[in-house]
Amino acid sequence: MNTFLPAVRSEVAKITSTRMWWILALVLFVYVLAMAGGLAALLGAGSDGSLPGVTTTGSVPTAGIAPLIYSFASSIGYVFPVLLGALAVTGEVRHQTLTPTFLATPRRGVVLLAKLLVLLAFGALFGVIGLVASVGGGGGVLAAFGIETELGSSDTWAMFARLILAMALWAAVGIGLGSIVTNQVAVIVIVIAFTQFVEPVLRSVGALADWIGDIVQFLPGAASDTLVGTSIFGLVSTGADGLEWWAGALILGGIAAVLTALGALTTWRRDVT
Amino acid sequence: MTDVRTIEVEAVTKRFGAVAAVNSLSFQVAPGRVTGFLGPNGAGKTTTLRMLLGLVRPTEGRATFGGVAYADLDSPLRTVGAALEAASFHPGRSARNHLAILATASRIPRARIDATLDLVGLSEFADRRVGGYSLGMRQRLGLASALLGDPGVLVLDEPINGLDPEGIKWIRSLLRALAGEGRTVLVSSHLLSEVQQSVDDVIIIARGELVHEGTLSSLSAGDSLSVLVDAPDRAALAAALSAAGFTVTAARAGLVVVGVEAEEVGRAAFAAGVPLSTLHRQSSGLEETFLHLVGGDR
Repeated sequence: MNTFLPAVRSEVAKITSTRMWWILALVLFVYVLAMAGGLAALLGAGSDGSLPGVTTTGSVPTAGIAPLIYSFASSIGYVFPVLLGALAVTGEVRHQTLTPTFLATPRRGVVLLAKLLVLLAFGALFGVIGLVASVGGGGGVLAAFGIETELGSSDTWAMFARLILAMALWAAVGIGLGSIVTNQVAVIVIVIAFTQFVEPVLRSVGALADWIGDIVQFLPGAASDTLVGTSIFGLVSTGADGLEWWAGALILGGIAAVLTALGALTTWRRDVT
Repeated sequence: MTDVRTIEVEAVTKRFGAVAAVNSLSFQVAPGRVTGFLGPNGAGKTTTLRMLLGLVRPTEGRATFGGVAYADLDSPLRTVGAALEAASFHPGRSARNHLAILATASRIPRARIDATLDLVGLSEFADRRVGGYSLGMRQRLGLASALLGDPGVLVLDEPINGLDPEGIKWIRSLLRALAGEGRTVLVSSHLLSEVQQSVDDVIIIARGELVHEGTLSSLSAGDSLSVLVDAPDRAALAAALSAAGFTVTAARAGLVVVGVEAEEVGRAAFAAGVPLSTLHRQSSGLEETFLHLVGGDR
């Protein structure tokens, strides 16, 4: 009997039957809404001279600012699909639900592939939620200040599509990470530390020399920004100038694939006691 | 229930580092009977069951269901229902959703969810999150997971742990009923007395090795007979039994006569004209035999 489709449906039920996914989605939404709206308001106020200290109208450039603000959905929101993906694996270890899971689907590779597929979809959903927040918050504020929202541009919508793909791939990275580091606390610490500290520092350092930048562009965050095409980090670092968007997708997808394959060959094969 | 199989454990060994948790263990579990899988804590029961279910990889040997390894079964949950320890639930998920996830993965009709919840008496609490469940309710949910696919083989690890007396009575009759329907039922326990009333056969292991395999009565064969007897006039009874040539020892609840059947004791008392208030064959020897087998003078 084909067990893959039932396993996929079962994984969907696992995620939707607990509160974690919508709590993460809600925090993602509020975080992105606040940051995108906040930056848009700051730039808007700066551009029309209402910000204290800025006296000349137009002293803050606003051209091309809208896509940058929209990309907050992934440039600051990507930690949420990673966490959702990682928790989808570590939660099963922590609550010992791997036992019933493997009893129902004894082919463990099938379970991991099903998780991967389902998390790609949930990552994409998180991408949509993040975009609703960044476009709703950021775009709304920009429009209020009379700044071009660029929502009529097909480039902007192509960027949205790439951003959704990036968020899907981030959730897959989470699955890979969770299947290697099955300790829930450890994986949360790793995700937060790497995404919020290690990689931003490395990317800032990457701006100092070309050869460091060449290496840094293969880091997941840089690859994600390459894929999306615009990011707040583009302002402070060089990095991925040379790469096309699809190369970013391949790097990020490759990281997810390698991590998941490593997990499948090591931790995932262990005895469940 | 369509697929009834014999459980076959063939020379299975599991080593964790240098320690052999299970050592060349072989046994069979037949359909239509309740088989007790007994041994003290740490004897290797759970490891054996997990090897049988494909969760732990044996170092040597194989454990199958009628020659087919668990992972190779066409539809595992419809063939084998297993309940291992009572903690395997996400605390934030309801009982109904837990079963729904299993049913979905195994293409079991959703109607079975309500049916099994009903059967184990959890219908009322089905939509509550499992985090708030008592140990007894978790045991029932574990059992519901095992019964979900209406399987021909049941593997239950310590299912009586944590149940109240009413629950124990209920599970005993359930086990009897499941075997009565022709299913293969394997129930582990560290206490013989816990399953003594419901098992037909026993497999006893200690330190990872088989120490006894056979029917429950085969276990009592080596057991010394003893009869507890009492009368309102205990002195007269003691005198009558001594006169009849029995060895009598006084106990709190009456007199204990060793090495005879209850019938002989009753006849001797009747012959002496002593009315009895108690007369029964003691079965405590079974537990002693069990403890002796597993080296349980600890």
